[in-house]
Amino acid sequence: MKKAKILTTPHMERCIGCHSCSLACARLVYKKLSWDTAGIRIVSSGGLSTGFEAKSCLACDPAPCALACPTGAFSQRRGGGVLVKRKLCIQCGDCAEACPVDAIYLAPTWEPFVCIHCGQCVAFCPHHCLEMVEMSLGAAPAAEGKEVAS
Amino acid sequence: MSRDYFRVLVVNLATGKGKVVKMDGRDRHLGGSGLAAALFKKYGHVDKAWTEPSQPLIFTIGPLTGYFPLMSKTVCSFKSPYHDQYAESHAGGRSALSLRFAGYDGLVIIGRAPALSCLIIGSRQLELKDVHYMKGIDLQKSGKMLRKMIGGAGHRSILRIGPAGENLLPMACITVDTYRHFGRLGGGAVMGAKNLKAVAILGDGIFDLPEGKTYRNLFEAVYQQLTTTDMMDKYHNLGTPVNVAILNGLKALPIRNLQQTTDPDIEGISGETFANDTLLRNTACAGCPVGCIHIGFVREKFMEPNQYLYRQISYDHEPIFATGSMLGMTNAFKVLAIIDMVEKMGLDVMSAGVALAWATEALARGVISEKETLVPLKFGDADGYKEAILHLGSMSNDFYRLLGQGTMKAVEHYGGEDFACVLGQEMAGYATGEVFFTSQALGFRHSHLDAGGYSYDQKQKDKDPQKAVEFLLKDEQGRVLLTSMVSCLFAREIYKEQLLAECLNCLGYRYLADNMNEVAQHIQKMRWQLRLASGFDPRGVKIPKRFKEIITWKGEIDENYLNTLQKEYGKRIVELGRAEED
Ligand code: SF4
Ligand code: SF4
Ligand code: SF4
Repeated sequence: MKKAKILTTPHMERCIGCHSCSLACARLVYKKLSWDTAGIRIVSSGGLSTGFEAKSCLACDPAPCALACPTGAFSQRRGGGVLVKRKLCIQCGDCAEACPVDAIYLAPTWEPFVCIHCGQCVAFCPHHCLEMVEMSLGAAPAAEGKEVAS
Repeated sequence: MSRDYFRVLVVNLATGKGKVVKMDGRDRHLGGSGLAAALFKKYGHVDKAWTEPSQPLIFTIGPLTGYFPLMSKTVCSFKSPYHDQYAESHAGGRSALSLRFAGYDGLVIIGRAPALSCLIIGSRQLELKDVHYMKGIDLQKSGKMLRKMIGGAGHRSILRIGPAGENLLPMACITVDTYRHFGRLGGGAVMGAKNLKAVAILGDGIFDLPEGKTYRNLFEAVYQQLTTTDMMDKYHNLGTPVNVAILNGLKALPIRNLQQTTDPDIEGISGETFANDTLLRNTACAGCPVGCIHIGFVREKFMEPNQYLYRQISYDHEPIFATGSMLGMTNAFKVLAIIDMVEKMGLDVMSAGVALAWATEALARGVISEKETLVPLKFGDADGYKEAILHLGSMSNDFYRLLGQGTMKAVEHYGGEDFACVLGQEMAGYATGEVFFTSQALGFRHSHLDAGGYSYDQKQKDKDPQKAVEFLLKDEQGRVLLTSMVSCLFAREIYKEQLLAECLNCLGYRYLADNMNEVAQHIQKMRWQLRLASGFDPRGVKIPKRFKEIITWKGEIDENYLNTLQKEYGKRIVELGRAEED
């Protein structure tokens, strides 16, 4: 069976909050210098827990954000998550509203930024917090090694 | 978005309004230390007191901040409450990236807010919030309140002061994102004088990167070097506390107010012990994969039976030396408990620890009495020191009010100069010998980071004052270059001139890449000029007797050598500060 890979964040307890992953995504995927225009964003967890959490796409299948998108700019990606066609986007923000885990960043222009599961950030994490996991196409994403961002 | 000018936000706290200023001189002042000095020249007054509302509090970053890893520090400059002269202090955390992403090379804060306030800035925001209800609230608690009040979690930096800063104590620090500090020379009191409890910088801007592959490839090459070679292991592994045992072995660790330089019981507070027993996790400044910040914990029993609370405290060599070995502490948890109290009050940990070490000896010698100290200070008694730090931060009486202005201020009043461990300001944790003592006593920031005097002491056997002074000046120049970029000094073995030139070049700063040394020289001069113009006279600096009485691995201190070094270095500083400037 054909496989697709998705980005997972199984070891966020090891995270040192260096932001290398999100800066790498902004730099390599979105060609920007920014903390926000990235498929993964790091926030400190504070409160009772300590350390850091990742806001990133869970690779839903079906993806609520794609279902919400009125123009097809976001469509279902095989293996989970979304395929993005920026040209079709009318910057309505419906995708971000639909995402249950706040994984989509809306720029001030309401242009959406989301993880496309390309895996480029993984190599930049010094503590191996991130992993690309193979999904059997058609099957639900394995629960193991996944962490729900908040 | 490399630009040939500086984009600076100037905020007047009296009105709550700001102005974005375009300032020329990128090729001349570079950024960081250079930009800070240039901004002080423009907005500051060397001849007015630090308390004047018109004096600026300046924060700057460099041309490479955000574009390359470990370009993660911010320079803060101001007229120092400690000596009323021009001063700089450096810190990391998320401050540098936040300023970069807020879209500014520098932030200048002038004026005094009508009520205790919090300044919030971002790429699309400028607001002065009245937080009078935070008056006197300790640093940890106010941190929690501020985090809830201000948006942008994770991508912002919060700079704040505690009671010490509100009380205008020259020993007050500015705490950055809980675990980092603009520690030395009284930045916290400058904020206090401005009625400024906190500054929040939201890093919410989006910027273009250079086209083509050059930047991307260079970034990756630097990143690889930083993460795959063992150059940064020291900082990531035990961190700077690795020095505690090394210096103790060399007979170069200041212990019990520098009455000793080595002690077999130091193992109890070595970097290894801290890591084995107290370390919870590492954390990092934003944009740095090294993760040198070590976080330990304190556990406190607050009720019988078995009711505990815990807090997380960052530790480094300097806090461990100042509140540990200097205060006769040989237990890592007790050291963390003292640091915790220093953090709450918002004091500079090095100054506070070293000042209390002096007070302990002064009490034992009868120079002062318990009427002054209010607590029977005794080396090794952590509870006594915790209480004393509370008194120090809240200025409980005249003695603590004076001590909080610096040990020498207390000395002027009570005596006890001979055993005051002060080199321009309270000493740093290295008793390596003549060159280091000279370097800190006369150095621009009175910091162990001004120049590598401590390493020169360890490497050079000869006692050639000319050669040593040449080294200090040259090393200072190299460091000025890095603190203008603004790089973490831990990366100094990686960011050599050639690499810096490549980085500058690929962002379009061709002139800077080709003329780095000249620019660094100019900045070095400009800083000394400001320092001298604001009243510094290196010839008037005293190195107390205690520094001349110690024994290191090299034997006794050579007083002649020390005196010649001081004279020579002082002469060269005066020359530098006098040199023609355009
Ligand atoms: S962006 Fe959000 S809704 Fe869309 S697939 Fe990812 S997690 Fe699901
Ligand atoms: S997998 Fe790709 S798109 Fe997703 S966060 Fe990492 S670098 Fe960005
Ligand atoms: S690169 Fe790794 S350690 Fe750094 S912030 Fe991202 S997940 Fe955390």
